[in-house]
Amino acid sequence: MMRTVSVKIALAAALALAPAALSAQSWSDQPVDPEKSQDAAAIAYDEGGRYYTEDDVPTYNLAEDGTVDWMTFSGFRRYHSECHVCHGPDGEGSTYAPKIKNSAVNMDYYDFYDVVVNGRQNGNSVMPHFGDNPNVMCYLDDIYVYLKARGMDAVPRGRPGKKEAKSDEIREMEDACMG
Amino acid sequence: MRKLSVLTSVVALATAGMASANEGLQEIINDPANWGIQTGDYKNQRYSKLDKINKDNVKDLQVAWTFSTGVLRGHEGSPLVVGDMMYVHTPFPNTVYALDLTQEGKIKWKYEPKQNPDVIPVMCCDTVNRGVAYADGKIFLHQADTTVVALNADTGAVEWSVQNGDPSKGETNTATVLPVKDKVIVGISGGEFGVRGHVTAYDIESGEQVWRAYSMGPDEDILVDPENTTHLGEPVGENSGTNTWEGDQWMIGGGTTWGWYSYDPEADLVYYGTGNPSTWNPAQRPGDNRWSMTIMARDPDDGMAKWFYQMTPHDEWDYDGVNEMILTEQQMDGEERQLLTHFDRNGLGYTLDRISGELLVAEKFDPAVNWTTGVDMDENSDQYGRPQVVADYSTEQNGEDVNSTGICPAALGSKDQQPAAYSPDTELFYVPTNHVCMDYEPFRVSYTAGQPYVGATLAMYPAPDSHGGMGNFIAWDNVKGEIKWSLPEQFSVWSGALATAGNVVFYGTLEGYLKAVDATTGDELYKFKTPSGIIGNVMTYEHDGKQYVGILSGIGGWAGIGLAAGLTNPNDGLGAVGGYAALSDYTALGGQLTVFALPN
Repeated sequence: MMRTVSVKIALAAALALAPAALSAQSWSDQPVDPEKSQDAAAIAYDEGGRYYTEDDVPTYNLAEDGTVDWMTFSGFRRYHSECHVCHGPDGEGSTYAPKIKNSAVNMDYYDFYDVVVNGRQNGNSVMPHFGDNPNVMCYLDDIYVYLKARGMDAVPRGRPGKKEAKSDEIREMEDACMG
Repeated sequence: MRKLSVLTSVVALATAGMASANEGLQEIINDPANWGIQTGDYKNQRYSKLDKINKDNVKDLQVAWTFSTGVLRGHEGSPLVVGDMMYVHTPFPNTVYALDLTQEGKIKWKYEPKQNPDVIPVMCCDTVNRGVAYADGKIFLHQADTTVVALNADTGAVEWSVQNGDPSKGETNTATVLPVKDKVIVGISGGEFGVRGHVTAYDIESGEQVWRAYSMGPDEDILVDPENTTHLGEPVGENSGTNTWEGDQWMIGGGTTWGWYSYDPEADLVYYGTGNPSTWNPAQRPGDNRWSMTIMARDPDDGMAKWFYQMTPHDEWDYDGVNEMILTEQQMDGEERQLLTHFDRNGLGYTLDRISGELLVAEKFDPAVNWTTGVDMDENSDQYGRPQVVADYSTEQNGEDVNSTGICPAALGSKDQQPAAYSPDTELFYVPTNHVCMDYEPFRVSYTAGQPYVGATLAMYPAPDSHGGMGNFIAWDNVKGEIKWSLPEQFSVWSGALATAGNVVFYGTLEGYLKAVDATTGDELYKFKTPSGIIGNVMTYEHDGKQYVGILSGIGGWAGIGLAAGLTNPNDGLGAVGGYAALSDYTALGGQLTVFALPN
């Protein structure tokens, strides 16, 4: 529960700063150098089947045999339901929407969160707001860690082969969120 | 006296004009110098009697002139040509240009609607638009935000405007409209947002709504006569639009109407198909989900349905039934029949009697199709008219949270909206197809108005054990239900075809090629690489005695999403990742009209 509170406070802080942070759009397609971003994705601790960095930001977990954590697998599923009709398969982008797998690495977690919740517009390029869509909001961390894993080249394109089991904590939060 | 007689004749003219709106357009269509309707004619044959460009000289074709639309998104549909004017439309913001062909395409007027950009993200799969319609001195544009606007064809001035849907609920538009008699027939998009599909008729002079027929719901909503509206020869009965749904799911039931419309003036029936039921998770909507996935025949005057045929009851794969209905008169078993031929997303090519709705032929038009063993054609069977589903590929039987693999075709169908052509000379249909399969995993989703309502994850890849490409361009015999010839293509063929009396068939490719092939043999006769990938439809017209062929380039749409970065087959293992061609290696964005002609 502590974690939820601290995330919410940090989110509020990020929202307050949002206008300046949102004006830049061009870096969405900037390539990612996984080497340089390793630290930002490194696992500091885990809790109930979820993994976090030392900054308390959700991240992915990849075992040596290719097994992904449940959140990354779940993110793959939800991404290919809610997001891929614009951002293309595997976060690879389309003729009009950016390679969002790179955005998940280049953007701060809270900025990423804010754009999904509130949307944004740059001319005729429009990201919708998903703040009132439980199919996205209840799985936003899942989608984020999946895309981060994609952007970092930690998981290949396509459906992850092996996955960790869904933890009771994740199941409880999902049921509570989806209602 | 003089004044009175003038008035009388004006009234007479006006009355004649109203009654003959259909006839006026029919006359324009009858003159092959025009391309007066997106579909070539009311029958949706996309066949031109022009033959100056023919199979012997098409190899000499050259670019005559070009026109940039100024828009970068996916360009579907085609320009119209009526007399000396050409009308060119664009994707969002849905600009319309009137080009004067007597002045080398000088812009006579331009119309650019002001639309709320909030409509952009609620359009599933890019902001395409399949073009304007012409009738009665007006250009009809159905904008992305569902505003239907009638423009004066001479000046571009707005004559009337009406709101057909609510984009805040995910209702949008991508389709053209069909002028019939004194009405314009209008559809709606938004099947991925839980929109309940409908078709609406507006008065051609005033824009006033005349009738609206929903795809599902109570009888008074779906405009059926329970006793006289038939399905496979039997009355549909009462409550047919609600009694195959559980609870109120029909209220967000999908069955949108974003495809093409055809019209038979003798039978006085309009034909179209309805899209997928919402959501993509079949477990959330038990039942046949009537009348999604249905071919519909309706009276244009009051919308009353004469017959329905539901092709894919209880869809489990997103096989929308919206593709065009092509009307032909052909011999079948020694009898002259009035036929309707339809190439469905589900991979089956259907031939029906368009008067009675009797099912005559249902055969696979891509041999890769595997989700069904075929349609039960035995009239005495309780399965009559139903596709027999293969359990392995049933996302319903495999269940929620299970990934069903190797399903052919993929959700985009063996063919999407890109319209086929028919040549009465060869009696063959020329069909742009997708050769793509998928994995499909449905799961539970909740509905929020104006938000995506999908409920399945899918991965698509080229049909396995085939030529490795993602498309074919085929010639189809609709009487026998057989492929006559098939041309493999590296990418899905996402362009509408054109057949001509010159025994030439034209189509475009996603790399950007305009191709001409021999209508009899399929032999390639000509190709030219236009500036961007082609998802538009080929058209032809004649001006000053010279035949022209026109095509819109501008990559985008579903093809620009799924194929931009290339596809991968998750079942091939890690080694094959990136093994398939990426469209982004071949073409870039850009909306342009390219017009071809033979050298002088």
